[in-house]
Amino acid sequence: MLVGRGRFVADLEPRTRPGLLHAAFVRSPYPHARLTGIDVGAAVSHDGVAGVFTAASLGHPYLLAMLERDEFVPTRMPILAWDRVRFVGEPVALVVADDAYLAEDATEDVEVDWAPQPAVTTMNAARAADAPRLHEEADGNCLVDLLMFDDDRLGGIFASTALTVDATFASARVAALPLEGRACLAEWDDRDEQLVIHVSTQVPHQVRSGVAQALGLPERAVRVIAPDVGGGFGLKCVVGREEVAVAAAALRLQRPVRWTEDRQENLTASFHGHEQRYQVRAAFDERGRILALDAEIECDIGAYSAFPFTCAVEPLMAATELPGVYKVPAYRARGRAITTNKAPTAPYRGVSRPQIVLVMERLMEKAAAALSLDPLEVRRRNLISPGEFPYTGVNRITYDEGSYRESLDLAEKLVAERAWPAERDQLRQAGRLAGIGFSCFSERTAYGTPTMSQRRMRMTPGYDTAMVRMDPTGEVIVTTGTCGHGQGHETTFAQIVADRLGVHPDQVRLRQGDTDLASYGWGTWGSRSVVIGGGAAGRAADIVAGQLRRVAASLLEASPDDVELAGGAARIRGDATAAIGIGELARVVHFQAHRVAEDLRYGLEARVTYDPPGTFSNACHAAMVVIDPGTGGIRLHRYLVVEDCGVVINPMVVDGQVRGGVTQGAAAALLERVCFDAGGQPVSTTLMDYLAPTAAELCPVEIVHLETPSQFSETGAKGMGEGGTIGAPAAVLNAINDAMSDTDVRFDHIPVLPQDVSAALDRTRNTKRGAG
Amino acid sequence: MKDTHAIQLQVNGRHHELVVEARRTLADMLRHDLGYTGTHLGCEHGICGACTVILDGSPVRACLVFGVQADGASVRTVEGLAEGPTGPLSDLQQAFSDHHALQCGFCTPGFLMLAEAYLAEAAYLAEAEDGHPLSEERARELVASNLCRCTGYQGIIDALVATARARQPSGTARREPAGQEPADDR
Repeated sequence: MLVGRGRFVADLEPRTRPGLLHAAFVRSPYPHARLTGIDVGAAVSHDGVAGVFTAASLGHPYLLAMLERDEFVPTRMPILAWDRVRFVGEPVALVVADDAYLAEDATEDVEVDWAPQPAVTTMNAARAADAPRLHEEADGNCLVDLLMFDDDRLGGIFASTALTVDATFASARVAALPLEGRACLAEWDDRDEQLVIHVSTQVPHQVRSGVAQALGLPERAVRVIAPDVGGGFGLKCVVGREEVAVAAAALRLQRPVRWTEDRQENLTASFHGHEQRYQVRAAFDERGRILALDAEIECDIGAYSAFPFTCAVEPLMAATELPGVYKVPAYRARGRAITTNKAPTAPYRGVSRPQIVLVMERLMEKAAAALSLDPLEVRRRNLISPGEFPYTGVNRITYDEGSYRESLDLAEKLVAERAWPAERDQLRQAGRLAGIGFSCFSERTAYGTPTMSQRRMRMTPGYDTAMVRMDPTGEVIVTTGTCGHGQGHETTFAQIVADRLGVHPDQVRLRQGDTDLASYGWGTWGSRSVVIGGGAAGRAADIVAGQLRRVAASLLEASPDDVELAGGAARIRGDATAAIGIGELARVVHFQAHRVAEDLRYGLEARVTYDPPGTFSNACHAAMVVIDPGTGGIRLHRYLVVEDCGVVINPMVVDGQVRGGVTQGAAAALLERVCFDAGGQPVSTTLMDYLAPTAAELCPVEIVHLETPSQFSETGAKGMGEGGTIGAPAAVLNAINDAMSDTDVRFDHIPVLPQDVSAALDRTRNTKRGAG
Repeated sequence: MKDTHAIQLQVNGRHHELVVEARRTLADMLRHDLGYTGTHLGCEHGICGACTVILDGSPVRACLVFGVQADGASVRTVEGLAEGPTGPLSDLQQAFSDHHALQCGFCTPGFLMLAEAYLAEAAYLAEAEDGHPLSEERARELVASNLCRCTGYQGIIDALVATARARQPSGTARREPAGQEPADDR
């Protein structure tokens, strides 16, 4: 990476791929239209064009993501649209040419007859009685409607409670925006009779399954390789129709075909996320303890259900996990997925948890304000506290041991020690609006099959398998089905395995992202890899370590129990002279198998599958913002994270995940939103319109670690890849509202933009003037 | 008819002659015609900076320059930073590694070339020789030229500041104005 030898899909060597072709897509300019004809004649005759494909010429392939529940409406996502397009950017044809420039030229020669239809671009419009139906199967444009929890006692509780908080919360549609867009290169291997697809993906095996299902191939005939992947953040944990289309073209032409998404396609035609609305009622007693929670959750999932996890991911996650770190005695939650004429959504980093944390943290603040209590004290009265773990909530989730109370207490102490309140007061005296906000949350990570199966997905993820194999020189190859893309898995996995085998981490090489190499696995998302993939690798390494001990014991004539593996050698405890190099053990096992007992011969390797129930990491975030009352501009001024992901395997990697996550979460609160005009045209089509945070919008993030080891993880580690993104929006929003505390305005949506602040301040000034 | 031009240029000290189409960007030419794939394309409209290379001493977005504009020029890419493809890392590259300044690594070449060009600029060198090493604040401003989606930028800022301080000419002691807090040594 540092010397320019990274190997991303777009970097794959064209010189070793004679006849490499380049793909470009013809995309819909309409948010909703019937397709009445496509004429590819002019494009096909274009200089340098090798082929033009439509749904008809590919045999109408599609992807179908399924949830096996009556409340779920299955809808197909065509690889190329055939009778109808449902969002601007939907692909209808694929042009393949000698050169990427020529391919793009030729897309302009594809003649499409469109019959534009009325479009729906908001959930309200989609739910209107006279709304056009996007999918014939879906009444009211609703693809999922799940009453996840209900409780007969709710009516009584709300009738008699000291305080009822009613509020609506909303978060804007955002883009995951990996710096490398999506990309794939498909080639037909004539000798192996196999379609080899290099894809920038988090889930190589699911891409293989998707391509095989869509094109009617056995999975053996497809090999998916994820080379270096330039960020994913959930955008690449679903299968893109473009990936399938390019694979189909390579199969037809029997030539290598490459597609690299440009930024406009990435912003308009890939997948978005996080567009949600919550209508919530919460009952509190006079001491600020929550008694009941009732939530209507709606997610705008765009035009299609993404493969394989379906569009139910967001509403299911939200409805299941809303109570979070708080003890909610009575709960009702309904989650819906609404389809609109916008790009489909994928499980972007955090998946509903940035929103549900925002809801709960705002509720705590609102209850505290109404009851004139300290908001942190209200949180303490509701947090699952020491002595209560494992805690099974009203949502039937069991929370393993965490430091919910401790992290809040420590964050509060550190904020005071660092004199944030004094600084806030000084800034206020200087005419600025300044505020401090907190958020408490946990992050359910590393869900295995037992947990995932409750969702009833036709393709239920969870387990992962690792193979640990020592070669004759004592070096180690680890294969996993997880698929890191910047999380430092090469380092972390090497540490886990090396530690158990007594070798140096540099001697351990991780091989991932190749479906021919690894057993079926579920890739990297949902903060699962170090716990599940790393746990499998750790257990496999233990088996290999046992093999090494027994071989060493037989060669040194000792008991295996007395052999310890460390520093590259097997040693007998208490005997400084009895040692044998691990490289030598490996050499003997492979090259002189006859020297060891029969049951120890033939390789040093093990394959283990790990399928844990899941484990919760947790954190408390504190943010300080400063607002310019003249412009409404909001600056992130200070940021503190007290986090607990159990055993920290590599502090640098963990801190990197936290910082990157906080950056995305804070940007969701302050900057980012995908916009459409009233007619359904996307207007966030470049990085001038879609504001990704630069270093100038950020401040240093202080990170403090607590360590509550997990009982449900091989290494004691808990997943933590999403926590930063989950906790930041609520902390920043609470800080903004604290900064606005002299006004009547409270924001319950993200992002809060300068114009929101300015308008609110203007209203306040006018009201005051009117009153005076 | 393709509008093509014969050009020559130096890339990392190596001479190249080729025929390019007028519309071909410098980035595509470097990557696909000359094989310098270390230069990455993140947006192709000049915002993200992943494609930053050094053209005759100045950092440029290679997606906003046509290949033909580099005729007769000297270009430096990420492949030219270390001493040869297998040689030791440059001090800047090593600092990126030490400070965890990269995760997925896609944007890294752009940040490296941006930083390398800045640290060689006459205005910066004059300031540094005058005893004003790169402050964290100034580094943050510079790093804000490019986008990274993984790291939150802190490691990149730290790596840049560390490299600048290590390269500080010896004998140029820091002169902090009286009463001002010392710069953050993070």
